[in-house]
Amino acid sequence: MNQARSNPGWYVLLLLGAVVMLFPLWWMLVVSLMTGTEAKQSMGSGDILPVPRSLEWTNYAQAVREVGTEPWAGFLDALANSIVVTVLVVAGTILSSSMVATAFARVRFRGRNGMFVLMLATMMLPAQVTMIPLFLLFRSLGWVDTLLPLVVPAFFGSAFFIFMYRQFIAQIPEALFEAARLDGCGWLEIWLRIVLPLCRPVTAITAVFTFIFVWNDFMTPLIYLHSEEQATIAVALNSFRTQFGGIEDVHLLMALSVITMVPCVVLFFAAQKQFIEGLGSGAVKG
Amino acid sequence: MAEVTLQNACKTYPGGFRAVKGFDLRIADGEFVVLVGPSGCGKSTTLRMIAGLEGITDGTIAIGGDVVNEVRASDRDIAMVFQNYALYPHMSVERNLSFGLMRRRSHRSRLRALLSPDYRRKMAEETEAIRQRVGEAARMLGITGMLDRQPRALSGGQRQRVALGRALVRDPRVFLFDEPLSNLDAKLRVEMRTELRVLHRELEATMIYVTHDQEEAMTLGDRLVVMNEGLVQQVDTPTDIYHRPVNRFVAGFVGTPAMNFVEGEVLPDGSFRSGGATLSLGDPFRDVRPGKAVLGVRPSALLPCESGRGWECRIVAVEHLGDRVDLVLEWEGDQFISRVDATREFAEGASLWVEPGSGEGVHLFEADEVGRTLASR
Repeated sequence: MNQARSNPGWYVLLLLGAVVMLFPLWWMLVVSLMTGTEAKQSMGSGDILPVPRSLEWTNYAQAVREVGTEPWAGFLDALANSIVVTVLVVAGTILSSSMVATAFARVRFRGRNGMFVLMLATMMLPAQVTMIPLFLLFRSLGWVDTLLPLVVPAFFGSAFFIFMYRQFIAQIPEALFEAARLDGCGWLEIWLRIVLPLCRPVTAITAVFTFIFVWNDFMTPLIYLHSEEQATIAVALNSFRTQFGGIEDVHLLMALSVITMVPCVVLFFAAQKQFIEGLGSGAVKG
Repeated sequence: MAEVTLQNACKTYPGGFRAVKGFDLRIADGEFVVLVGPSGCGKSTTLRMIAGLEGITDGTIAIGGDVVNEVRASDRDIAMVFQNYALYPHMSVERNLSFGLMRRRSHRSRLRALLSPDYRRKMAEETEAIRQRVGEAARMLGITGMLDRQPRALSGGQRQRVALGRALVRDPRVFLFDEPLSNLDAKLRVEMRTELRVLHRELEATMIYVTHDQEEAMTLGDRLVVMNEGLVQQVDTPTDIYHRPVNRFVAGFVGTPAMNFVEGEVLPDGSFRSGGATLSLGDPFRDVRPGKAVLGVRPSALLPCESGRGWECRIVAVEHLGDRVDLVLEWEGDQFISRVDATREFAEGASLWVEPGSGEGVHLFEADEVGRTLASR
């Protein structure tokens, strides 16, 4: 490891990797600050390293105003919907997954291992397979064009995060659970007062992963949400693209993409310490 | 405080493994009883059954006269100190100490407190009382300055004190200890042992303590319960366990270094023959029925003697312990240990004649698997 650190060749390789990964981001930022003509010329000439002549910050305001049929309202609706859905899904995933994982890790009941394997097996099922049955189910419940089909499933746990929580909880000494039982805690209280506070690294990972996934999720809202008022930001971005999708207004598309991306980037940096710690501990303990 | 009674307490795990086989014991109010035995002997399982952390398969457990077989752990009014402390890592020392008490208090009153001023006042009084109890326990254990710290900022000894404090504030009817000192270094272990004895004297509490360390058991307990393979072997005071073990297992388990055993035969005249040597053991061994037997001699009772009287051994190793010396001896393929005063020089590889002394520490056991004691001196 130390040898690898001191070898400049590794740094060059990492730097090249970083450049490749950052290029699309840089391109998006640069184009979002160009005028429409500039962006069009740049796209036409095939220039992969365009430089804007002046920084057109007004592109951002214009892009936000142009979302949907009503100026400003389309974007604000989509933003509010995305925030509601994301916050509820993150909370639901954390609460349900950690609760189910506590049961799988610590509560002794008949068929526990079989049920755990069955739960893991659901991860092998491609999402596309359940898409139509789920749509039929939610349609029969009258939930189409509401936010419920996006939010409610999160409160039934996610197989991947249940697995992650379970591996972490299994490492917590049994004596802690016994001490809590002697202190008069039932399972619900043990989960709330002991397990959840101790699972902070896993919770950080779950929160960040779920947030990024839900915030950027396009397919699920597209299936269930039909009216403009219910659209999430990913769907709104798509309708924006089809509205101005030609090369003419690529600068506005890029500006809105940057705005959409900001919460994910901010969250990642805010939770970075817990996130990296959680990834590490998960890898070792899991 | 309360007495604890176990009658034919059994524990059989799914799969048929019998961890505890018919445990009978009455622990008096205020008594300090130590369950001791090798790993897997069932001592921790017995303790956990008393705590309510393990179900009981058969028999009864009573605390203060009430059978508690079906009573939840939290309702048994017991406190337990765990081997690895089991402190809540995300709570301060103060919260660790008060958690159990606060939880009981808030359970009933928190919702009502919002509505009734009487409840609010009562809750505030209870909180103050808990704070005082925590303060008292902290003073008693010398951890007052650590109340704001997290457990990870404490040393092993300090953590153990906090774990003790958590049991103390509960003011339970029975204290249970599951090898609480085994994670501490040797010096601290001895210190904490003394503190536990003092604490027991001050509180006059019923305490049940589990350890595999027979030295710890001997120094702490009013009475010891020696266990092996799920069975109680002997229940007695430390002195009687040491001087009058009921069988070969107890004799071999208690005492450091362990007792020396020699297989042989008791002759009609009461002497003991093994290999090419015959020893005259004197009283009370004359009354033992002739036949196969095992002679047990404490290292302190195996003494150098004149040539031709006992066993001629080769000195394998000489271990100096300051005022005493442990001699590792070999005789006809068996190894013995003799503990003697360090007033004489011994050379490794040299020959040495030894025999059981005329004082205490000599026992005769049956030659079968149980090895019941036939006679002791």
